[in-house]
Amino acid sequence: MMADSFSISEKMSGRRKFLVAATSVAGGVAGAAIATPFLLSMMPSERAKAAGAPVEVDISKLESGMLLMVEWRGRVVWILRRTPEMLETLEKIEDELADPNSEKNQQPEYAKNRTRSIKPEILVTEGICTHLGCSPVFRKDIAPADLGPDWLGGFFCPCHGSKFDLAGRVYKHVPAPTNMVVPPHVYLSDSRLLIGSESEGST
Amino acid sequence: MKKITIVAILILCIAPFSVYAAESGMPLERAPVDITDNASLQRGAESFVNFCLTCHGASYMRYNRHRDIGYTNEDILEKMVHTGQKVGDLMLSAMRTKEAEEWFGVVPPDLSVIARSRGADWLYTYLKAFYRDDSTGTGWNNLVFDRAAMPHVLYQLQGEQKLEVNGNQKSLLLDKPGQMTGAEFDKFVGDLINYLVYLGEPHANARKELGIKVMLFLLGMLVLSYFLKKEYWRDIH
Amino acid sequence: MSNLFNSMIEWIDKRFPLTSNWKAHLSEYYAPKNFNFWYFFGSLALLVLVNQLITGIFLTMNYKPDASQAFASVEYIMRDVDYGWLIRYMHSTGASMFFVVVYLHMFRGMLYGSYRKPRELLWLVGMCIFFVLMALAFTGYILPWGQMSYWGAQVIVSMFGAIPVIGDTLQQWLLGDFTLSDAALNRFFAYHVVTLPLVLLVLVFVHILALHETGSNNPDGIEIKENKNPSTGIPVDGIPFHPYYTVKDIVGVVVFLFVFCGIIFFAPEMGGYFLEYNNFIPANTLQTPDHIAPVWYFTPYYSMLRAVTVNFLGIEAKLWGVILMAGSVVIFCFLPWLDRSPVKSVRYKGPYFKIALTLFVISFFVLGWLGTKSPTPLYTLLAQIFTVIYFAFFILMPWYSKIDKNKPEPKRLQE
Repeated sequence: MMADSFSISEKMSGRRKFLVAATSVAGGVAGAAIATPFLLSMMPSERAKAAGAPVEVDISKLESGMLLMVEWRGRVVWILRRTPEMLETLEKIEDELADPNSEKNQQPEYAKNRTRSIKPEILVTEGICTHLGCSPVFRKDIAPADLGPDWLGGFFCPCHGSKFDLAGRVYKHVPAPTNMVVPPHVYLSDSRLLIGSESEGST
Repeated sequence: MKKITIVAILILCIAPFSVYAAESGMPLERAPVDITDNASLQRGAESFVNFCLTCHGASYMRYNRHRDIGYTNEDILEKMVHTGQKVGDLMLSAMRTKEAEEWFGVVPPDLSVIARSRGADWLYTYLKAFYRDDSTGTGWNNLVFDRAAMPHVLYQLQGEQKLEVNGNQKSLLLDKPGQMTGAEFDKFVGDLINYLVYLGEPHANARKELGIKVMLFLLGMLVLSYFLKKEYWRDIH
Repeated sequence: MSNLFNSMIEWIDKRFPLTSNWKAHLSEYYAPKNFNFWYFFGSLALLVLVNQLITGIFLTMNYKPDASQAFASVEYIMRDVDYGWLIRYMHSTGASMFFVVVYLHMFRGMLYGSYRKPRELLWLVGMCIFFVLMALAFTGYILPWGQMSYWGAQVIVSMFGAIPVIGDTLQQWLLGDFTLSDAALNRFFAYHVVTLPLVLLVLVFVHILALHETGSNNPDGIEIKENKNPSTGIPVDGIPFHPYYTVKDIVGVVVFLFVFCGIIFFAPEMGGYFLEYNNFIPANTLQTPDHIAPVWYFTPYYSMLRAVTVNFLGIEAKLWGVILMAGSVVIFCFLPWLDRSPVKSVRYKGPYFKIALTLFVISFFVLGWLGTKSPTPLYTLLAQIFTVIYFAFFILMPWYSKIDKNKPEPKRLQE
């Protein structure tokens, strides 16, 4: 029996009990202290942080209706300059969306609006499906055969069929649970956009 | 027999010293290293960027690491980054290795850990020991590193030295004074070497600070474990 | 609470021999009660082993076994990875401290005759551990791909080239190339992080099993199992390993950690002995450093490698050097049969053994010191003299241990 081997503990004096407890606690503290640097070493390194630094993008040459892809922290970020027609669709399809008012925290406060953007025509969003991380396809064609007659343009994820509108808002009854993520971003000027930061001074 | 023993013992005693002298070649000056002196490190960092980084890289070091020596990111961008790099970038040399090989015959070594391989004193003495020598390609030679491929980058500051040979004694004399006095130049090089020591091991201060905490903890642990052991061993004695 | 604990233990015991193993190896493993200072190093070696395994795993997460990236990846660990410097210093200091504790552990065996019957196999398994440790140290030292890594490995690998007939082919097979290159670095990495640690773990396990079969030796070198309490069957001079030696070993561990952490935090290069200065220069295949020396724990053997300068018995000096170097390590394996003394412990051995052991220790240190120096004619002569003394300790042992004037062993352990 295991209990027998603890027979010593049964006749332990108060002093002995105290010393065992104190040493065990100190040992536990030491163990936790030693584990800390090892666990911290697995966080993104300085190199990863440097590579994940904010990215500056020149959008002066981005034409209406066109999508620009940039990389930030190893992920694709889409910059879409929407046409007035595209912006009109955003209102029309709101009945079909799961979270048309962007209630869930998938965007900074300044993008919590119908267009999910700072400037209405320019959408900045991570091009990653909120289901399982595939990158959806930009489908601006209206009512194509595979997406049905109600499709007014948006993003379609080929992996599991999730659909998003032109503001990255998710449709109802698709696998993806939430709208696409809008990364922190700020306009340094009309044509220069900084992705990954909300202040101008942290290049 | 006795004589041989005495001679053998004498040789054994002297041997270590003679080898030391043979290995170092020239007595090295002691570099004034204090990596807790941020002002000195900042001066050294600026000199490093201005004089060394053109040819040498410090390619394992990131600019933003210099928060260690009391800079903010803005300070670093202003005082250290002159080549349009980002603050998180590595301190790469402005020169390409191909060009370097053509100009100097060798690629200038990366300086990230140079203080750990050469030692601060060697570097300190080396940077002060350039003298005019027309027989070399660069027009310069060095007392510590004979026929070094590196020219005397700091000659405008130090001035020109010439070699005086007196029997076995070699010494350097200031021939044409530079922009700095001897003491100023010593301080300048001292700061630069201090920075190189920091550069070799940027975490050294943090390491020692953590070390003191660990040692104090162990001291407490020692007391506890000693009494625990003594308490149990009363059963046996 | 304790009921729940007990029934949990019971549940496990029906499915796994937990309590019986706990008893056999800890709470009812009876160890001699007179262990002294020298008996700390076994458990300390285990501690260092755990340190090496854990820090090693974390280093592997960021290290790149690629000749063009290895050096930079080590500096990346030192600078860009959070606490990478600490993990790396723990590993590099651990490597040296492994040898410190293992050498002291082996010396304990030599002091008290721990290799003698019935512990010959225990000793041999221990020697195997030592060989694997050397291989681990060697393969690990290559990984930073600095100048010393490169040229040190070059020298060691060239030794295989000294083997007649097959030497060159063997060398190419080991390197996977015609010279030391990326291919070798990559495979030495595999040995260092997978093959050798696995073998080491198995050997350590076997070492402990063998120890617990024969029971521990002690500073008096007498068998406590020969004097058991007739009613309990427990050796009268034995005490349960747990808790008595566990609490004692904790003190040893803390004292050891003082030294260990002192080095890590205040002198990680240990004056160039633990991390050599030249290894902070990236490997340059075109230029050997002015002065190359192995890390301190290999220097005694390295001295012997260089000690032979003339060909004799039709074998060339280079091969003799390799033979001597290998022999100087392998010869420890024969100790159980070289020692013909009727007593085990140095406490009861006569003056011949004490003198021989002292000379051996001196020669080990002198050879170690010489190995860090550039060879000169005088140093080579010294190395030759002390190589002879080193081997004489072993080769003459059957003779001097037999005729020595020993003292009688006691029946019971002395306090």
